[in-house]
Order: sequence, then structure tokens, then C-alpha cells
Amino acid sequence: MSSMAVHSLWTTAAEPLDKIPAPHIEYTQLSPVLIVIGAAILGVLVEAFVPRKARYHSQLFLSVVALVAAFAAIVALAAGGYGSTKAQIAAMGAIAVDGPALFLQGTILLASVVAIFTFAERRLDPADHGHKVDSFAAEAAAVPGSDQEKAAVKAGFTTTEVFPLALFAIAGMLVFPAANDLLTLFVALEVFSLPLYLLCAVARRKRLMSQEAAVKYFLLGAFSSAFLLFGIALLYGYAGSVSYATIASVVDGTVGSVNPALADTMGNDALLLIGFAMILTGLLFKVGAVPFHMWTPDVYQGAPTPVTGFMAAATKVAAFGALLRLLYVVLPGLTWDWRPVMWGVAIVTMLGGAIVAITQTDIKRLLAYSSIAHAGFLLAGVIAATPSGISSVLFYLGAYSFVTIGAFAVVTLVRDAGGEATHLSKWAGLGRRSPLVAAVFAVFLLAFAGIPLTSGFSGKFAVFKAAADGGAGALVVVGVISSAIAAFFYIRVIVLMFFSEPKADGPTVAVPSALTTLTITAGVVVTLVLGFAPQYFLDLANQASVFVR
Amino acid sequence: MENLIALLVGAPLLGAAVLLCGGRRLDKTGHWIGTLLAAVSFAIGLALFVDMLGKSADDRALHQRLYTWIPVEGFQADIAFQLDQLSMTFVLLISGVGTLIHVYSIGYMEHDERRRRFFGYLNLFVAAMLLLVLADNYLLLYFGWEGVGLASYLLIGFWQHKPSAATAAKKAFLVNRVGDMGLSIAIMIMFTTFGTFAFGPVLGAAGEASEGTLTAIGLMLLLAACGKSAQVPLQSWLGDAMEGPTPVSALIHAATMVTAGVYLIVRSADIFNAAPDAQTVVVVVGAVTLLFGAIVGCAKDDIKKALAGSTMSQIGYMILAAGLGPIGYVFAIMHLVTHGFFKAGLFLGAGSVMHGMNDEVDMRRYGGLRKYMPVTFVTFGLGYLAIIGFPGLSGFFSKDMIIEAAFAKGGTQGWILGSVTLLGAAITAYYMTRVMLMTFFGEKRWQADAEGHEPHPHESPKSMTIPMILLAFGSVFAGGIFGVGDRFVHWLEPVTGYAHGHPPISAAAVTSATVAVMVIGVGVAYLQYGRRPVPVVAPRGSLLTRAARRDLLQDDFNHAVFVRGGTHLTRSLVYVDHSLVDGVVNGTAASVGGLSGRLRKLQNGYARSYAVSMFGGTAVLIAATLLMRAV
Repeated sequence: MSSMAVHSLWTTAAEPLDKIPAPHIEYTQLSPVLIVIGAAILGVLVEAFVPRKARYHSQLFLSVVALVAAFAAIVALAAGGYGSTKAQIAAMGAIAVDGPALFLQGTILLASVVAIFTFAERRLDPADHGHKVDSFAAEAAAVPGSDQEKAAVKAGFTTTEVFPLALFAIAGMLVFPAANDLLTLFVALEVFSLPLYLLCAVARRKRLMSQEAAVKYFLLGAFSSAFLLFGIALLYGYAGSVSYATIASVVDGTVGSVNPALADTMGNDALLLIGFAMILTGLLFKVGAVPFHMWTPDVYQGAPTPVTGFMAAATKVAAFGALLRLLYVVLPGLTWDWRPVMWGVAIVTMLGGAIVAITQTDIKRLLAYSSIAHAGFLLAGVIAATPSGISSVLFYLGAYSFVTIGAFAVVTLVRDAGGEATHLSKWAGLGRRSPLVAAVFAVFLLAFAGIPLTSGFSGKFAVFKAAADGGAGALVVVGVISSAIAAFFYIRVIVLMFFSEPKADGPTVAVPSALTTLTITAGVVVTLVLGFAPQYFLDLANQASVFVR
Repeated sequence: MENLIALLVGAPLLGAAVLLCGGRRLDKTGHWIGTLLAAVSFAIGLALFVDMLGKSADDRALHQRLYTWIPVEGFQADIAFQLDQLSMTFVLLISGVGTLIHVYSIGYMEHDERRRRFFGYLNLFVAAMLLLVLADNYLLLYFGWEGVGLASYLLIGFWQHKPSAATAAKKAFLVNRVGDMGLSIAIMIMFTTFGTFAFGPVLGAAGEASEGTLTAIGLMLLLAACGKSAQVPLQSWLGDAMEGPTPVSALIHAATMVTAGVYLIVRSADIFNAAPDAQTVVVVVGAVTLLFGAIVGCAKDDIKKALAGSTMSQIGYMILAAGLGPIGYVFAIMHLVTHGFFKAGLFLGAGSVMHGMNDEVDMRRYGGLRKYMPVTFVTFGLGYLAIIGFPGLSGFFSKDMIIEAAFAKGGTQGWILGSVTLLGAAITAYYMTRVMLMTFFGEKRWQADAEGHEPHPHESPKSMTIPMILLAFGSVFAGGIFGVGDRFVHWLEPVTGYAHGHPPISAAAVTSATVAVMVIGVGVAYLQYGRRPVPVVAPRGSLLTRAARRDLLQDDFNHAVFVRGGTHLTRSLVYVDHSLVDGVVNGTAASVGGLSGRLRKLQNGYARSYAVSMFGGTAVLIAATLLMRAV
């Protein structure tokens, strides 16, 4: 259910029941989220009432229309000045409508649209018993290898539930970076996490691995949620409120009135610091920072590749949005406390991701470690603690999500008899056999490596410049060293594709339908446009870099 | 008139472009185009010269600014020319002698199928050399400097099918690079010191810079001059450069390009005047080279190499004179011009002899050629008399002035320099007489070559003899025209400055001594080569002779010090690169890879281990946050 309901229950819990005021909801400002949630609910109804054969097309249509409409709503809001002059806090203080929120929500929606295309791809594998198949299990609840599964395959079942699940996750992601109190933050986290756990489990091939990944992700996600929740409780004890604005003013010491029930704990800095560290744990888990990153390779590898791409891009955007808002709105008075800690996290994340990636032999795990290293680069921009730090992170997230989705989409194309051929040795000589696909993948790898004229360079340059200007020069040095290490394994894949002899029993490159083609094309175009002419988008991110308080 | 200056450079440059880009269809007419455009340059030079004579002495310099070459804030390089009396002297020499040599080459290169290309390179050389002497700033001068180096390289190696020619070209190029480094460093120091490299501001402000800076600039300019003018220690390329066609040796490696170093030093007179230490080094270099070249010239049996040693020696005189300061600048240039005439004439004569002798260069296989080649004999003979300083001929006037100026340096230094120049004059007379006797007198010593072709010595065609005759006029009269009534001194004085030197002994005594040593040199040579038959196979000779035949061991020295030293240096650098640099790099890569392998093991697939990692991480986060507050 939506987060607003939970919120209003909480704010009125201590009041006499007869005084419950009707919450004031700004439907216009919240329309992007509402559209996506509405579509998700509609999707559930489609599963219930639409005949099986029509579900795929109905769900795809519904999802794309909803995401495009939500994006249109974002654009309308931004054009209406809600990103700048009319920025405000809506839904009784629960959700911020401001520049960073709109920018990140727009990024999430665009990334989701292209990701949904890869969800819907049904041309990569040959038809099974005369039915087109996608990346998802015929019947997720069937035991792998059982008669029930075979029957489901034979009957041509498909798990079209992935579309409403994805929409729920997207709705949660849209709220996450906009959440303006800690409970909304937590609810949004759960709203987008739970569908993701499910999505990870429904791979059509290598189902056991997929289920293992989902269980690990769920267990560790629950673990991190517990930290987050505990942290929220401690901060409530410290500030007597879960609202960002109130906590910020208590940190600043500008709030005089003390809640008598909490007189013993309010203003106790130990609560603040421990609570802050625990909330940080929850968020760093989601962005995949070392040492909270260990789920990433296993889950990225096990999840169906379209889900991996979606998760890697959209989750990262949402989680960094939430992290930025927490650090810049709630804890600006605590900068001197959190910066050194984040320094440490950023350094081990950049180096850890880059170093461990060197010895990876599976392309999906390689990309997982690459995403860890990129989380480190993003943290460097976050640590800048300046407006340009915010805008550079926003830009980087936009650039990175398209590269990621594009790269994972290419991974879905390279297949052999067992499905996707993800072992790196099978990619040898791919450039000789399928020059176009290899060239496109090379573009993505170069963007990951941050080579000029790709979006990766513009983004990395922006965050490093912001970090250096923000007094984190040493962090930039570590960042550049990590980039150099990372370049090794990106380039190694390129060398492998273009300068090795193809194997006789190597994989084939499937010819995708227009859907995946569109996704990959979008990825390449955005990568190159942001690389050749990043200025317009940098300006856009710059204008969107002010948080409402 | 100043608008014509660019055409001086432009005409031969156009010729080079047309000839080198024109392709085979110009094979029949190419040499005429090249000669015509060189002549056009000479004609323009004459017109400008007449115009210049009509002006008062202080008003003669012309300037032309074409455009800004490199427009950068705080760094402006112009394509701009300056034509004053010094430049004019060079313009007439280069385009005049250049045109004659173009004419000569029409005959000399008649049977070469790449004659069009040869004329293209010659035109390129003339254009670059004129650019060098007409530039109004050091950067443009450097451009011309490199241009003549390129043309020299292309022409030495013109017969590239001969490995010796290709090697000689490469050697000349490499040795010249050392000098060019000096010029570029000098220009950089100038720019940092004066903020510009235009002649006017740099030379005008030379007095304001510290003497140390000026000495540094002067020494770097001298290094450049040593490279281009084949002075010790960068002299080794000139002898090998004789692998080029003989007109090239006459034009580039005798009359013009090799004198560029003298031009550079005289042009930078204001810098050297304020840096006496640099001047001393210049004088020493000149003195050493004039003896070095003369000694080498005595031992060579190859007529062109003997003349090359002579060139080196004569340029040593010029460098020495330029190092003497205002008492010597004018005479350095005067000797340069007269030398341009007689040495070009001598080389053309040598070429004519080779032309008639099936390209034989060994003088021991000549002999008695005066009967077969009367024109060559007479013109060569006049050049010979000029170079040994026979009274009344060109070399007499200019060399005598330099010897006087050397004595006038004063003190012990003056006596040493004077004696060296006198000794050089004696040796010059000796080796030139030797060349003369071995070539034109005595019995004929030529034999049939391996294929049985016996040479039939004959006079060269008109296109070759006429330039020789014209140059012979210069060899005879130029010195008198310049020297009588101090005409040349008055001409150049406004540019280079002039101070009359007072030798400790009277001028007449110096002149007498000069003539006396000349006679001694000629006499000794006559006793050795005129009275006795010349053996066809060279006798073993004394230790000095053998060393001189090997160019006084210059190549052995360079090989031992620079080639082997360089080889050892690179070997040790390669060793350091392999063991240390690569070791560090590979070691880093290996250790990162090893670390990666070890860290990877932490990823063991168990959710419980991951949870522990998260728990530990959170604990550290909390501890660190609290610690930050505590400190």
C-alpha cells in the first residue's frame, strides 16, 4: 500500500482518536508516483481477470504507458517550476518535491522504460513447444525440474507478473529519494525491495542459482533493513521526531521545545551518531558499498539478466538519491562527523571493487564488481558536500544507468545451448564473429572505464572535480588509481573480444526483437551524447541540485 | 622596394614547389625552370642592391612584414624580413653563386635521370638559405637554418643508391642536429630573457642582460655555428658530405651553407661583444679548426676531400675573425665572400676534372691534365692563387686582414692567434700547391678501370666552363674591389660595427710575413710533388700523415666516446627499464592480481559470511563515527 497511509497513522498515533484530521494530499505533485502505483495495481487485476494469452501484451502496454505518463508528469512538474522556485514538501511533510527528487525520478523512469523492454524480449531463445519464451520461468512456484514445471512449460505459461512487480518496485524507488521522513524512507525501501527479491528468483534457466540469489538477497536485505529500522528508532529517541526537518534543527540546536516523554534522551549525541551509522548501513547496503557489497556479485549473477540490469541501474539511482538527501538535508550540521567515515567507505569501495574485479571470469560478476567500484566513485562526489557535488552525482547516475542497462542487455544476446554464455572465455573472438555487437559492448566498457567522448568520462570528471573542489583531493587520487586498475579489466574484455581467436564451439549472438534493440540503441546514444555534448545535461543537473528543506 | 624582399625567397621556393610536385612532364624543362627562378632571385637582389647604394649608409635597412606566423598571447612570431648591408652581401653571394652553379649543373647532371629533382632540391636550398639570411628574428632564422639542413641532407644523399652517400647524408643530418639543439636552446634563453626573439629588441637590449646569460646564449649560438659550419668538435660530417654531386659541394658545402655559422655569429655581434668569455671560446674554436682542416687537407688524396679540409680551415679563419669582435667582423664576412668565389670555383674545377676522368677522384691517378683541360686548368689555377693569398688576388686581401686583426687582438693572445693564422697560411699554400701539382702537372698516371675503360680527359661543355670563368673573375678581382680604399669596411660598418685594430708590428711587416710563409709553403710542396714523380699508391707515411688521412681520428674519437658511450648508456637504461621500472610495474600488477585473488576468496557464497561482513562493517562505522566525535 502507499506510504501516505502509513505516515498518517503514525503522526496521529499519540492523539485522541476523535481529532484525526484528514491528511492533505497534493495529488498533482505526487502524480508520477500515483500513476505508477495505479498501473501496478491494475497489473495485478490484469493477472486476475485477463485471459492468459492476452496478458503479456496487456501488461507490456500498461507498463510502458504508465512509465511514459509518469515521466510526462515529471516533465510537466519540472516545467511548472516544482524543481526550483515552487519546490515544496508534500503529503504532510512526508515527500519532498524538489529538483533532485524530480531529476532522480525522471532518471529512474527513463531507465525503467528501457529495462522493461528487455523484460519483454521473447525472441532470444527458440520457441518452446510452440510458445515464445522470455527470460522468466514458466511457473515460478514450480520446483525446478519437476513434472509440474514441465507441464507449465508445455502449456506455454509465462510469468507476466514480473511487470506489476517491476512497477511496484519502481513506485518504491520513486518515493525513496523523495522521502522526507525516516518512516517514509523505510516504507519506500521495503516497497521496492520486496518485488526485487521476487524478480531475482524467477529466471527461466539456471533456476536454482536464481532462487539461491533471491534468498541471499532477501536475507541480507532483511538484515540491512533491521539496521535501518534500529537507526530510525535511535534517531527518534534523539530528536523526538522522524521528520528530516525536525532532526536537522535538533542537530543544529535550534529547537527549544523538548518532548517531555523523551527528555532523558533528546539531544544525546551518542544516539544521533549510532543511529546515523545504522541508517547509513541500510543505505550503503542498497548502493553496494564495501563492506556491505557482498550480496551484489551473487545476486547480479543469479538474477535474470534483464532484472540485473534494471536493479543495477534503478536501485543505485534511488539509493544514492536517498543518501544525498539524508546527508545534505538531515545532517549538514554533522558534516565533520560523517565525512571522514564516508571517506573510508569510498576508498575501500573504489579499491575493493576494482581489485576484486580483476580476477573475475564471469561477465555478470565482472559487471557487478564494476558497479561496486562505480558506487565508490559516486561516493566521492557525495563526499564533496557542495552543490556541485550534488549535481555531479545526479549527472553520473543518469549516465551510469544507461550504460549499465545497455551492457546487461548485450549480455542477454550472447548465448549458447545453456542460455546466456556468461563465462568470459566464451567471449573470445566475439568481435570477429559479431563485430557490431562487440563494438557496442566495447563502447559500454569504454564508458565504464571513463574514456573521453563517452558519458563515463563526463560523469567521472564531474564527480572527481567536485570532490577535489570540496577538499577531497586524496580521494580523487585514490579514484584515479582505481580507475586505472578498473581500466585493466574493461580493456581486457575488449582485447579478448577483438584480438583473440574465436572458439570453435563459441556462443552465437541472438538476433533480438525491436525491444532489446531499442534498449541497446538508447544506451549507446545516451552514452555518446553525454560523452560528446554533456553540457546541456550538466546544466540540467546543476539547476536540479537544490534540496528543499 | 621592400615589397620585393619576399620575392627573393619566393622565386626559388616556387621553383622547388613546381619541380618537386610537377612530376615527369617537367623532366625536359625542369632544369631551365630551376635556373631561371634562381636567376630571377639574383636579378631582384641586384635591383635591391642598386637601390640600397642610392641611400645614405644609415638608412639602408629595409623591413617587410608578411604576416604573424604564430599569434599567441605573449608569444608572437612574425614572418618578417630584414634586408640590411649584411643580408644584402649574403643575398648577392647566394643567388649569384647559386645561379652560376645551377647553370653548371645543367651540364654536370645532364646524364642523370633525376635531374629535375636535383634542381628542385637546389632551388629549395637557395630559398631556405635566403630565408636564413633575410629573417628579422631568430625563430624564422631557425626555420631557414633547418631548411638548409634538410636541403643539404637531400643533396648529399642524392645518389641514394650508393650506401656511402646515404650514410654520409645521415651522418651530416645527425651531427647537425647537435648544433641545431644549441640554436634552439639559445632561442629559448633569449625568449625567457628578453621576451622576444626579433633581432631589433634582442640585440638592442643585449647590454641589459647579465653577462652569464649572454655567455650562455653565445656558447649555444657557437654550438649551432659549429654544427652548420663544420667546426671542431662538430666537423666530422663535412668530409663525408663530398659524397654529394660536386655542384652541391661547391654551393652548399663550400660557398654558402657552411658559412651560415659565421653569419649567425656576426649577426649576433651585440651578444658576443658583451660576453668576452664566449668570444674567447669562439676564437679558440676558429684557431683549432683552421689548423685541423689544413692538416687534414694535406693528407687527402681525394681531390674533393682535400678541398673539404681546406673549406673547414678557411671557415676556421672566418670564425676566428668573428670571435675577435669589432676588429674582425667585417673581415670575417669579407673572407667569406671571397672564399665563396674561389672555393666554388675550385670545386667546379674539381667537378670538371672528374667529369673528364670518368668520375675518378684520386689525385694520384691524375697528372698532367693541364694539356687536356686548358680552361679548367686556368680557372682552377686562378682560384688556387687566390686561396693561397697570392698578392693582388682576392684571398690575399681578405686573409691578410684577418691575420692583421689576429695580431691586433693584443697581448699574448694576439701573438698566439697571429702565429696560428700565419702557420695556417703556410699549410694552405702547401696543400693547395700539392693539389695543383698532382692534378695538372707531372706525368699522366691514369689507368684503365676494371672494365678496361681508359679515361679520355677532355674539356667540359660550355655550360660548365662559363660559370667557372665567371667565378675566376671573382677570385681575381673581388678582394681588390673590396679591400682597396676600405670599401667593404664602409659598407658593413653600419651593421656590424668596426674598430680599427692596431697590430703590435706594422701592417707591412704582417703582409710581408704572410707572403713569405706562402712562398715557403709553395716551395716545400714543389720539392715534394713537383720535383719527384708522384707514386700511384700512397706511401705509408708518418704517424701524423696516417692520422690526418683518417681525418685526425675524428670518427674513431666519436665512435669511442659517443657511439660506444651511447650504446653503453642505452644498454644500462634498458637494463634499468627492464629490471627496475618494469619490475615495479609488473610487481604492482602482480601484487594487485594476487590481492584480488585473495580478496576474492572472501566471497565464499555463504549468506552468513556476508552477514558477518555487514555486521562488522556496521560496527566499524559506528565506532568510527563515535571516534570522530571524540577527537
